[in-house]
Amino acid sequence: MSPLLAEIPYWGESLFRVLGGLVAVLLPAGTIVYVFLFKMMSFMQSRLGPMEAGPYGSMQLFAEVGKWLQKEDIVPERADARIFKMAPIIVLLSTFLLVVVVPFGPDALFTDLETGIFYALAVSSVSVLGILIAGWSSANKYSLLGGLRAAGQLIAYELPMVLAVMGVVIQAGTMNLQKIVVAQNSGSMFGIDAVGHPYLISQFVGFVIFMIAIQAELTQAPFDMPIAESELVSGYMTEYSGFRFLIFFIGEFATAGVFAMIASVLFLGGWGVPFSWFGWTSIDEVDNWMNFAGPLIMFTKMMLIVFIIMWIRFSYPRLREDQLQRFAWKGLIPVALANIMVTSILKVVF
Amino acid sequence: MIAQNIGFWIIAVLMIVAALRVVTTNNVVHAALWLVVVLAGAAGQYILLAAEFVAITQVLVYIGAVMVLFLFGTMLTRARIGAESDLNNSYKKLGIPVGLIMLVAMGLALTRSFGAEKLPDSAKVVSTQEVSDQIFGPYLLPFWALSFVLLAAVIGAIVLARKD
Repeated sequence: MSPLLAEIPYWGESLFRVLGGLVAVLLPAGTIVYVFLFKMMSFMQSRLGPMEAGPYGSMQLFAEVGKWLQKEDIVPERADARIFKMAPIIVLLSTFLLVVVVPFGPDALFTDLETGIFYALAVSSVSVLGILIAGWSSANKYSLLGGLRAAGQLIAYELPMVLAVMGVVIQAGTMNLQKIVVAQNSGSMFGIDAVGHPYLISQFVGFVIFMIAIQAELTQAPFDMPIAESELVSGYMTEYSGFRFLIFFIGEFATAGVFAMIASVLFLGGWGVPFSWFGWTSIDEVDNWMNFAGPLIMFTKMMLIVFIIMWIRFSYPRLREDQLQRFAWKGLIPVALANIMVTSILKVVF
Repeated sequence: MIAQNIGFWIIAVLMIVAALRVVTTNNVVHAALWLVVVLAGAAGQYILLAAEFVAITQVLVYIGAVMVLFLFGTMLTRARIGAESDLNNSYKKLGIPVGLIMLVAMGLALTRSFGAEKLPDSAKVVSTQEVSDQIFGPYLLPFWALSFVLLAAVIGAIVLARKD
């Protein structure tokens, strides 16, 4: 690998990483909200969506953020104020910790953890803590119910997610996300290496389970019981207003972006293009320009995945609470276990 | 090594303060959250020891699963907002000698088995792959035995929870 630019001192590198992390979390979140939540949802409902602020309403998001920041920061009188204020920050923190392991190019990465995907699954489970204490500290029955529902749902769907990832890990032989990317792009299927070997094809069952599980982890409809507006007002977010609500809101869509990035790394080949297109055989031969093209490729794949998530969100009605649990424990988990069995048998045979 | 030492002491002090707050705070949920700080501190210490896999497992199992279930359980049953007066039971004095005995036992175990021996400055970092090679190689039988213990616990939980 050739050095990116000139030698950068350690503090400069750290600064770059912090800025890069902010961009990698906030830019996708903003884009997702504008493109999908504002525009795509409106088009699906035969209306225009925001049109006034900026061309085609593209500045709408800044107006919304300005509105939220002006609002009063209300804490209910009987609430546990300190924990109430802490909860949204824990949720957003888990998103920022999550983006750290996502690779964006041959050298454009924050950390190259050997156990990357394992780390991602571990820190993503921390956000449950924030949601639970948000529900409890609001001193509101709807909030508490929403928090408990969220915790039950996130725990239930974390299992199929972990099990679906296991198939990819077995096939790639590594938990390092960078090596999973390389394994897919330098691989070949039946001797044909025109598209590399995206695990979307060989791990299709795993991909479907993973997509369902992240739909539920992100509490997007049809899995949005924790904030079901017709039953629980707004679930654990009921009492939040102003900029603390904004943090929850950013957290929701930023996490959607990061999970989509992880899904594209695991199943669509991440930042890479099939190495055979340019005659590369290993990561050391990948040209330097991939450090700039990589993030763009990644962004495209991420938008594709989020498009699917949002498409389903705007199309299907909410499941019932017991259907949700039964679907995870009796449907997804057995299929995911069978997928692991088959994958490991095939891995040994071939 | 000096940076790691400073890190160790900061986290260690934080963990001790948090551990004391777990038993002195007068709200169950606050106690659970202080316990999260202690467990996260332990994960931090593992990272300082370059034990990446153990640290991540600590976060996944203790913070992501055990503490969430714990909070879930208390919130579902009895967690009130504000101070509660009936959290201490009559055995609380017994905790101090038990804690001291544990401290002495662990201290003795460490000093007896290692004495003045120190880790070499350039100790090799054990990769996750080596850990798994050990677990699924020479230590396969104990690993299996442990998973049977867990299985028994799971089945026991189901039997206890069934109504019929």
